[in-house]
Amino acid sequence: MIELRDVSKIYQIGDERVHALDHANLHVYPKEFVSIIGPSGSGKSTLMNIIGCLDVADGGQYLLDGMPIEAYSENELANVRNRKIGFVFQSFNLIAKLSAEENVELPLIYQGVKRAERQQRVHEALERVGLSKRAKHLPTELSGGQQQRVAVARALVTKPSLILADEPTGNLDSKTSREIMQMFQELHEQGNTIVLITHDNDIARQAKRIVHILDGRLTEVSL
Amino acid sequence: MMAVKMALRSIGANKMRAALTMLGIIIGVMALVVLVSLVDSATSSITSEVSSLGSSLLTVRVSDDKGIPVKLQDLENWVDTEPSIAAMAPYATSTATGKFGTESADFNVYGVTQDEYKIQSMQLIMGRFIAASDVKNSNRVCVIPEGTAEDLIGYKDCLGKEISLNGIKYTVVGVLEDEEESLATILSGGMKTAYIPYTSLMRLSTDNGSTISTFYIGAAEGYTLDQAEEVMKNLLLERFNEDDDAFSISSQNMIEEAMGRISNFLNILLGGIAAISLIVGGIGIMNIMLVTVTERTREIGIRKAIGASRRTILVQFLIEAVVLCMLGCALGIFVSWGILQIISAITVSASISFRLNGRVVVLSVLFCFLIGVIFGLYPANKAAKMKPIDALHYGG
Repeated sequence: MIELRDVSKIYQIGDERVHALDHANLHVYPKEFVSIIGPSGSGKSTLMNIIGCLDVADGGQYLLDGMPIEAYSENELANVRNRKIGFVFQSFNLIAKLSAEENVELPLIYQGVKRAERQQRVHEALERVGLSKRAKHLPTELSGGQQQRVAVARALVTKPSLILADEPTGNLDSKTSREIMQMFQELHEQGNTIVLITHDNDIARQAKRIVHILDGRLTEVSL
Repeated sequence: MMAVKMALRSIGANKMRAALTMLGIIIGVMALVVLVSLVDSATSSITSEVSSLGSSLLTVRVSDDKGIPVKLQDLENWVDTEPSIAAMAPYATSTATGKFGTESADFNVYGVTQDEYKIQSMQLIMGRFIAASDVKNSNRVCVIPEGTAEDLIGYKDCLGKEISLNGIKYTVVGVLEDEEESLATILSGGMKTAYIPYTSLMRLSTDNGSTISTFYIGAAEGYTLDQAEEVMKNLLLERFNEDDDAFSISSQNMIEEAMGRISNFLNILLGGIAAISLIVGGIGIMNIMLVTVTERTREIGIRKAIGASRRTILVQFLIEAVVLCMLGCALGIFVSWGILQIISAITVSASISFRLNGRVVVLSVLFCFLIGVIFGLYPANKAAKMKPIDALHYGG
């Protein structure tokens, strides 16, 4: 599913070269629920960007579904993000002008899915996260937990190979956090592959497997 | 369609700003449409004035008759032999003092043949026009417009009355409908008008001999004026030993052509000025689109993260710029229409109707579209080029 081989990413900050990722190796198998834990500045975000095809590594090899990513053009990367990856961000990242259902519909529009099928799939996805009654609401009319559910629905609607969640509970209170994590558990049980990035041990522990990241290096914590 | 809807929505989200941005386009379109429409309407109404003087008419002047002057008989022969020439009328005019009873007035007396009636589109109210026999026998008959009849005789129904022109009595055989307030009547400066047989005029005044130096010709049905002109030219060339300086043929069309050239020039000049203001409006659009792109960096990041390609983003912002332009264009055309209605209402007495010129409306729509594309391209490209991670982390 995901295979990182000696992946490096170097940032030039002033005169100093910072190894955000230093020969990182990671293997995620289909239908796995993996959490990647590390303090801020450990290279978490860089790892997430590379796994999510938002950025390309400077060295090493990244295989997604067996295909090497580094050779792709920007448009091909957009296509990969569109079809293979579902993002859930800490700050929800919904488009404020669009209603819940339009936000969920957007990746399908980019795929060129027909209108009738889009509506069907959007409905299913919102149903799945329990928000079908709020489909017409704008993000500002929804609570934080509900916005994150919309974001999860948007990630699910394309039936991606991988759901990539970056601190999905970071902006939520503990009760809503539990609800969202419960939802990830359910999604995992239904056979989705999930990579969850967090700095919170309690959250990380809910995954079946934990990978630790520190100073750009990855270490398995448990298997 | 989806993209246009989205564009409308994001424009609607910032109505005040959109309105101010569009103002540049609105004013530009207004300037273009109103100015060009004004020039066009004015030109077409002046042109129709000119052509009401007789547009299907050629004026032939003979300046050097080389000893073989054109006679009335020649004109009749030409009409008989040339199918493209419908009618010929010698042009002779004289001034005379007209009297009826104790009333008197200054007259422009036109010497005409029976063909004059056909060439100058005159409308008879009663009686008849000068007939061929009147010309042949130099009959002392006249045809006058109703205004002249009312002023001099006192009433319209004056058939059979005799008016005297320079002391010679002429019987009124026909009354013509007054011409509208046209350029011709303005130019005649309040003089009364009377039509008498050409041959009679030659006896009335001394300066009109039997030689015809000026005459009108009209084109026959099925022939154009140009064809008639060509035939006439060949006839005269033959007669005057191929000397084309001996005569001249001119038409009202030439005046119309000159008017057309002037109005074209004005249109290009005014259109150019208006186009500059449209371009300034376009720069306004570009400016605001750049602001919009910066403001919506995060949105762009989100869209890219969930799979929007460069092209998708480019098209999205381009459509937004074009929609903004087209909205401004539509409003500008609407306001122009209103302004022209108002101007028409104010100048209703001048009998010129100012209307929206269809061509300039189409032109301004195309121009606005072009401006939207040209000035939208840079901001849209800027949006499309953003890297998803940079855009996503912009402003938190």
